[in-house]
Amino acid sequence: MDIFSALGINILLALSVYSPFATGQLSLGNAGFMAIGAYVSAILTVHLSLSLFPSLVAGGMIAGMVGVLVGFPALRIKGIFLAMITLAFGEITRNFFMNFLSSLTGGTYGFRGIGDTPVSLAWIWGWVLFFLVFFFFLSRSRTGLSMIATHDDAIVSELVGINIVRLKIGAFGMGAFIAGVAGGLFAHYYLYIEPEFFNVWKSIHMVLFVIMGGMLTFWGGVLGATVFTLLPEFTRVLQDWRGAFFGAVIIGLMIARPSGLLTRELLRFNFRHPDRKGPLS
Amino acid sequence: MLGSTYALIAISFTLLMGILNMLNFAIGEVFMLGAILALTFVKLGFSFYWAFLLAILCSGGICLIIERLSFRPFRNTSPLIPLLSTIGVSILFQNTAENIWGAERSQFPQWMEPIDFHIGPVLVSSTQLIILGAAVLLMIGLDLFVQRTRMGRGMRAVAENIETANILGVNSNLTISITFFVSGLLAGASGILFGLSFYIVSPFMGMEPGVKGISAMIVGGMGNLRGAIIGGMFIGIIEVLSVAYIGAPAKDFAVYGALFLALVIRPQGILGMIQSERERI
Repeated sequence: MDIFSALGINILLALSVYSPFATGQLSLGNAGFMAIGAYVSAILTVHLSLSLFPSLVAGGMIAGMVGVLVGFPALRIKGIFLAMITLAFGEITRNFFMNFLSSLTGGTYGFRGIGDTPVSLAWIWGWVLFFLVFFFFLSRSRTGLSMIATHDDAIVSELVGINIVRLKIGAFGMGAFIAGVAGGLFAHYYLYIEPEFFNVWKSIHMVLFVIMGGMLTFWGGVLGATVFTLLPEFTRVLQDWRGAFFGAVIIGLMIARPSGLLTRELLRFNFRHPDRKGPLS
Repeated sequence: MLGSTYALIAISFTLLMGILNMLNFAIGEVFMLGAILALTFVKLGFSFYWAFLLAILCSGGICLIIERLSFRPFRNTSPLIPLLSTIGVSILFQNTAENIWGAERSQFPQWMEPIDFHIGPVLVSSTQLIILGAAVLLMIGLDLFVQRTRMGRGMRAVAENIETANILGVNSNLTISITFFVSGLLAGASGILFGLSFYIVSPFMGMEPGVKGISAMIVGGMGNLRGAIIGGMFIGIIEVLSVAYIGAPAKDFAVYGALFLALVIRPQGILGMIQSERERI
């Protein structure tokens, strides 16, 4: 049962990375937004005894607002610099929850006592379904097309009249919101959180889901999250060497399919021009 | 002390960033392997000097393997792909090291009787002085190598434009391999220095100095060796001062806060210039 809840949360996290990535922004700090969502919603349910749904939304909203604030300076910065500024943000957030507010959250010792309002599997998958439908319609809308255009070439899309500032900040905030909701669900499913859960590796894993599955469509993130949640289950025989196997799979996959498993061409069932290169390849 | 370790790691990142525009995320693990291998050689009965030399050469060799697996196949693709592939490499190395050497922390045996000096109010041991001296020597040597020798000039030519360098008769494959080798030597050496000065050697020691090395590179100026040295010292000093005056928990907070601010205020780094026409994701 646990594996399905982990899968749902991982799909949400993959979508949270996909959203800014669709406009060409790589975020290595989504664990920070996840932490904000987890802690805010847990504080609301435990200390203010709010019910679950408003706490989750509030956690997501606050993460989203912080995301927009982080997104503003990030507009000036591109590529590897953006990845590093978001990584710095994630670490700042983790250290914040380690050192401050510890009367509310237990600091380094972890946040206990989130037991009153647990979420069920249906809650998690409800949110997954909601966001999948959202991204499905988004990918067919004008906004979705502008996002793809911004990803492929920001300068040209600005020239044809797309407001890339609004689009990029919006996508960043959206990603932060999704990460926040996923964090809230995580906190209320496992009923225990500590700052160490939200370290750099968490952010890296989320990015890997998207990159491995395919970075140009949101289905790629879903596929990547599924494969990488289920893969460890099927490789239990390897025991201690599972991590090494995981690393080797990543290296091999990058060599075999550098754009990820799913590409836009593949989704369009366009096999006639297999040589046509995508923008990233 | 800490600053010179970070500066050495930052230089090994910068060598690759400046030349290939690619971030080798696995440098942190090479750093870890350098320290662990040195310790293993010492335990096998080699003298300290031979053990260190062998371990440093091994780290250089490991970097050559990384180049073959994660960089050479992707020379004309997005810089994002080697970055992710090296994340795979670091997962692989970390897990392998954990399986071979165990997850516990171990430490170097004392390699010489430390003599303490008092310089004003500061207490300095002879070990610390030797480590600092070694770090400074390595940095000066490298700076001379890159600025003055023929091979160094070839490296800078490849950094500028790989095709033009080929036309002008620089063997770019060999140059890139040598650059990787040198960056591996430096990473291994700084791993050993770190192990000697903080008495900690474990499979998990690589991640944090790795990320801080990247931070140092960015703060100092991307792709600029002297900038990397200044950035490394800067990050080290911030870390030590914040431990001394604010307290140990504030350490990472201060370091990543500085990185965040540096990127917002001066994204080109202390000494660097952004090459905006080359977009780096």
